[in-house]
Amino acid sequence: MSRSPLVHGLRVARALFTSQYALMLEYRAEIALWALSGVLPLIMLGVWSGSGAGADAGLTPLQLARYFLAAFVVRQFTIVWVIQAFEEDNLQGRLSPYLLQPLPPLWRYLAAHLAEQVTRLPFVVVILALVALVLPGTLWWPSPLSFLLAVVATHLVFLLRFLIQSLITMACFWSERAAALERLQMIPYLFLSGLVAPLETFPEGMRALAFATPFPWMIWFPAGLLGGGQVDVAAGFGALLAWIALLLPLTLLLWKAGIRRYSAMGA
Amino acid sequence: MPIIRAEGLTKTYRVADKQPGLRGTLRHFFARRSREVPAVKDVSFSIEAGEIVGFLGPNGAGKTTTLKMLSGLIHPTAGRVEVAGHVPYRRQGSFLRSISLVMGQKQQLIWDLPPLDSLRVNAAVYGLDDARAKRRITELAEMLELGDELSRPVRKLSLGERMKAELLAALLHRPSVLFLDEPTLGLDVNAQARVRDFLADINRRTGTTVLLTSHYMGDITALCPRVLLIHQGHLFHDGPLDELTERLAPCREVRLELKDPAPAEAFAGYGAVESCQGHQVRLLIPRDRLTGAVARLLADFAVVDLEVSEPPVEELIGRLFRQGVVA
Repeated sequence: MSRSPLVHGLRVARALFTSQYALMLEYRAEIALWALSGVLPLIMLGVWSGSGAGADAGLTPLQLARYFLAAFVVRQFTIVWVIQAFEEDNLQGRLSPYLLQPLPPLWRYLAAHLAEQVTRLPFVVVILALVALVLPGTLWWPSPLSFLLAVVATHLVFLLRFLIQSLITMACFWSERAAALERLQMIPYLFLSGLVAPLETFPEGMRALAFATPFPWMIWFPAGLLGGGQVDVAAGFGALLAWIALLLPLTLLLWKAGIRRYSAMGA
Repeated sequence: MPIIRAEGLTKTYRVADKQPGLRGTLRHFFARRSREVPAVKDVSFSIEAGEIVGFLGPNGAGKTTTLKMLSGLIHPTAGRVEVAGHVPYRRQGSFLRSISLVMGQKQQLIWDLPPLDSLRVNAAVYGLDDARAKRRITELAEMLELGDELSRPVRKLSLGERMKAELLAALLHRPSVLFLDEPTLGLDVNAQARVRDFLADINRRTGTTVLLTSHYMGDITALCPRVLLIHQGHLFHDGPLDELTERLAPCREVRLELKDPAPAEAFAGYGAVESCQGHQVRLLIPRDRLTGAVARLLADFAVVDLEVSEPPVEELIGRLFRQGVVA
């Protein structure tokens, strides 16, 4: 047996990550397509750069371009699909073997997401290199501090999105088909996060409404950090940590209640 | 002290009740109705450490539901259950480390990777260091006659190879209780025999307690000195297989090959006529009348060949369930 819980935890993390990374490399063509399918911010960049609408919000074309490129990068590392994986495993009965091991299944899904992000990285670099060729002068080097803050914020965003999806995933224990609920939250996520338009361009009332939700902190805030936008660093990290602190115990509570209800469908 | 103890174990599922057709669909959409379906009713038994016990019963009898309750996957509706000193549904780490469940139709191995990758994860999860994990993998692989297969993606393995790799994964942490749900389902005769040999071997070597459900009587007769027979959620028999067959069939099967064909009615006075096709006759004769009946058959008919045997157990149980004797 391993000597300490920390050593044991690290061994499990390494084993899970390496196996999931190996699995992701089996699907590298699929991941290239996923990376390509996440180019919505780049499409929005094309839409906005021609319209000149950013000027009304005080954004220059270069600032807009950098915002959407940063949003693209943040989006690539905050994509979460735990609900689809869990629902499939639940319906196919694959969840039962996971539940019989002394490791909460959510760790497996977390490892799979991290492995996928590492697999995604080269494709993101290639896409950015292509953008640099097509739009010379658009790419920039963020300051080391901005870069570091953006990396930390992106990881927190990933954790927050993972928790939100896990919370919805727990509905699988009651409804068996929870992915429909996930689609409901995709609409506010798309519009309020800043994926389609930077929050500076929102009408005042709409912006206030957006900031009452966790969504702007998921794209607008880390993209602003990375792209050199005007963002309140303390408020952004505070909001992310507060939402995580709220959702983490809720997810754990629902997990315990859900397990009680689990009827091992199809197992 | 028993390693598995179930007292009054009961499980009732709540299932959606939807009528067919558009009307039923609309009614189901606006006002969902459900009904309760009892799967296991007041089942009690205990199993000592090191036993191999067969769990028999037709589809829907409650075997898998019982296994799920014993392994902690589902909560019982009523009753008490204890496995390896733990209440299974609390799913404490020490309990999960002492059991394993293998389901013939489900898998724990990662489909697109070689079994070795899944085994590395299992070794880490169960806290086995690299040297110990390697030693156990080698030992179990030898017993299961697995070699290169462990380095090939699971999806490329045959059904038999896959099941052997699943067994290896399930036993890597040396559980004290092994639950097996149809482990030989779909395997060819040779693969079935190898899995049976392995299970007998592992039980002998490590004293692992095995509770096994199977549709194949071959598994039960080869491995299980004791069987639990469950039907419609009730425990019908708990004891040796011989006792069960005696209870179900106090008869012997007599096969005759006649020189000249005879009608079925001609054998009515000897026993129950199971089949009569030309020269071939199959009778079931109570054991206490067997000697006399055989002597009379030999005297009354021109018999070319005669064979006395016990009827196949699966046939007896199947007939019993069909006749509703076990209700």
